[in-house]
Amino acid sequence: MSLLEIRNLTKSFGGVHAVDDVSFDVEEGEVFTIVGPNGAGKSTIFNLMSRFYDVTDGTIKFDGREITGLRSDEIAGIGIARTFQNIELFDHSTVLQNLLVGRHTKRKTSFIENVLFTPRVRAEERAHRRAAEDVIEFLDLHAYRNKMIAGLPYGVRKVVEIGRALACGPKLLLLDEPASGLSVEETQDVAFWIEDMQKDMGLTILMVEHDMSLVTQVSDRVLALNNGQMLSMGTSEEVQSDPKVIEAYLGVEEVG
Amino acid sequence: MRIHFKTKYDDDINLFEDGRKMFWYGLLVVLAILLPFMLDEYLLGEAVNVLIWAVAGMGLMILAGHTGQASLGHGAFLACGAYMEVWLQNKGVPFLLSLPLAGLFAGIVGAIVAIPALKMSGIYLAIATLAMGVIAEDVIILLEPYTGGIDGVFLGAFTLFGMEIDRYINPDKFYWTCLGVVIIVTFGYANLLRSSTGRAFMAIRDSEISARAMGINVARFKTIAFGLSCFVTGLAGALLAHYMGAFNYEAFLILISIQLLLMIVVGGMGSIHGAFFGAAVVGFLPQVVTMVREVVTTVAIPGLDMGIFALILITIIIVEPLGLYGRWIKIRIWFELFPLARRDMFRRNKSYLKTERMK
Amino acid sequence: MEVAQLLLGGIASGCIYGLIALGFVLIYKATESVNFAQGDMMMLGAFITLQLVNTDYWGLPFWLAIPLAIAIMAAIGYALEALIIRKLFGQPQFAVVILTIAIGFVLRFIAGFIWGHEPQSLETPFIGVNLRFSGLVIGMDEVFVIGVTLLLTLLLYLFFAKTKLGMAMQAASQNQLAAYYMGVPVKRINGLVWAIAGGTATVAGVMFAARGAIDPSMGLLGIKAFAAAVIGGFGSLPGALLGGLIIGIIEPFAARYGAPGYSQIAPYALMLLVLIVRPNGIFSQVQSKKV
Repeated sequence: MSLLEIRNLTKSFGGVHAVDDVSFDVEEGEVFTIVGPNGAGKSTIFNLMSRFYDVTDGTIKFDGREITGLRSDEIAGIGIARTFQNIELFDHSTVLQNLLVGRHTKRKTSFIENVLFTPRVRAEERAHRRAAEDVIEFLDLHAYRNKMIAGLPYGVRKVVEIGRALACGPKLLLLDEPASGLSVEETQDVAFWIEDMQKDMGLTILMVEHDMSLVTQVSDRVLALNNGQMLSMGTSEEVQSDPKVIEAYLGVEEVG
Repeated sequence: MRIHFKTKYDDDINLFEDGRKMFWYGLLVVLAILLPFMLDEYLLGEAVNVLIWAVAGMGLMILAGHTGQASLGHGAFLACGAYMEVWLQNKGVPFLLSLPLAGLFAGIVGAIVAIPALKMSGIYLAIATLAMGVIAEDVIILLEPYTGGIDGVFLGAFTLFGMEIDRYINPDKFYWTCLGVVIIVTFGYANLLRSSTGRAFMAIRDSEISARAMGINVARFKTIAFGLSCFVTGLAGALLAHYMGAFNYEAFLILISIQLLLMIVVGGMGSIHGAFFGAAVVGFLPQVVTMVREVVTTVAIPGLDMGIFALILITIIIVEPLGLYGRWIKIRIWFELFPLARRDMFRRNKSYLKTERMK
Repeated sequence: MEVAQLLLGGIASGCIYGLIALGFVLIYKATESVNFAQGDMMMLGAFITLQLVNTDYWGLPFWLAIPLAIAIMAAIGYALEALIIRKLFGQPQFAVVILTIAIGFVLRFIAGFIWGHEPQSLETPFIGVNLRFSGLVIGMDEVFVIGVTLLLTLLLYLFFAKTKLGMAMQAASQNQLAAYYMGVPVKRINGLVWAIAGGTATVAGVMFAARGAIDPSMGLLGIKAFAAAVIGGFGSLPGALLGGLIIGIIEPFAARYGAPGYSQIAPYALMLLVLIVRPNGIFSQVQSKKV
């Protein structure tokens, strides 16, 4: 059984099919990347998985469980964490607090215990903090631990978003364009982190990305979409040499 | 410049990050306890007023400052607490029980109000709560059997630990009672902010969509925020009832609700300190304004307090969106860094309006 | 006959609510925030007219004073935007809401300081002039109110639909940054929107004053106009007018046929109901944010 099974997934807004009959599996421990031109439906798939949108048709099975009926806030709890294309951090909190919010699904104390700050809460806070510290260590965020998000450079914020998703302790990590807007060096860091997350933490990663060098470097398999439809699936090399993909990106070559 | 070297996680988890901070806040509490020996009866009454406004301000701050849900009708919950306290006291319920019950009543009403309010955001929530505040005035009059209608109600002294406490007969004991409530509420509020519930509130404030993705049940936590906020505001209402002694619906006009929100903005949104700074301004501004005015003219100018308060508010919003507390922090940092502070250190970025409308 | 009489009075006051709501909508469309001082601007407009018209003050002819008052209030509206509101350019909606509430308080204080807190009446040409149609008494003030509202709505409609400036305003309201790139002077446009809002506020104020006494706290009427704006949908000018009419008509009927004590709740209850059913207004423009 695959960790993620997507079957005949369709989403239409009005009459437009943003995602049209898409099916694919993501195996445990795999880095799976979705590529495609703008408007191909990549982010829509993420939003369907996050349950921000309701599916029009099709199924999404995670860990053998159908998730299309869950609420959006139940998704993190079953082990799917995500980042956002346009950075959606909690701007008026510190990096540490952002990571601690990532631990929300692991909370066991009620709000009344929180108000009283019982010893159980303290123990829980310490445990959250240790987990957050592991993430800080992994992503090398020490220098920014107590800095407000609002004042941080773009590249750092992008990393904090990955950190916040990691703090959730997910099985499946959804990365929505993790390298967009980053410099070559920063992109390289992201590539190493993705490899480490896959190899050392055993995470499964589903990624949307435009930067083909990053895609080639880290992806086990790649799915190319165009106009919401599946164009090609396989290794990065296979997809990139697929005539249909070339056609979608560059247009039809006129003969004669 | 002082650098605090943290050696364990508890340094961040504890209420005070180091002994020095603990000392200063401890000193503040001691001073507050000794205040009745330093002030005359009139000023002590004003100090009580500040304490009650601080409690009400903290109540609204939970909702508006930390969860991002602005309410322009919180006077309604002040009224819930006040009238419930009157009812319970008349039934002979002891103060130690009636006070939390009055708060609880307001909290439950708040949690119920939250149900329709959950779906609203931004100005629509502000307008809806404003309408609720206006309706509350009429509802108070309609519920005459409990509220005394237009004539209002009377509330005498209460008994605490075997002592009869009345605002006029033993103002010092009344002051200490209020101070006790302030300290307990502040402590609970600070606890909230250093735990997962408080972080969930702030997450909802900053990005609802992201909060959802992190597994926060937004509806549930907004309801909790409403409930806690109204509970605390209800406590303030109960204290206010004893403070006013006799009152009717005019004590909870919509302008009171608006003033409460303006107060925490002046103090500084998103910090407990802001509620206290704001309460101090609202409490002592009238005396200061009167003192200054008497230098110029002996004729009373109606509405002068509110006019000046509004001018202060306009100035603060334009030059210091984080309120008096924000300014206080900047001044403190400036002194700590002296002479290294740069002029542009706190410069704000200008930006174009980011629309959430999709057309 | 009684129903017709109530209806007429309701329509007349509905026009006033509608015009205040029109001010809300104008500014909301342009800046995506609400001017909580709109009611107080109406109050100020009414008092400025009173200053110009009443024989105790300057005693100018009514029909000369009105355009003058509108011009003064438009200037004040522009100045408020240019000197205060503009400082918050790009700041969150909430800051502007608080700021305009504070401006409202200041305006109320200034009016109270200049004209006192006692209710005063504007001397209009229609006091006590009535038209009679077989038992139905139509006050000249009512005719005036309804007529002016229709005229003003038509003018605003033509302005936004036909003139270049009006269309630039619409563009700026839909996407500030894009409008800026296209060469629309966004800041100046916002100032002009505030000027127009000041003008309509004056008209609403004069109409209110034509039907009763005015005092500095009459700006609280703005809260009722919120009901109109919400019912009509915050983004729609005709909607605001329609919402105003609905509120205006409900009021006298609730007072006549409803239980005493409950009737004044009616407009607010209706507004809350609308908000509960359509949390973002009837013609909702706010959609969930795209991520």
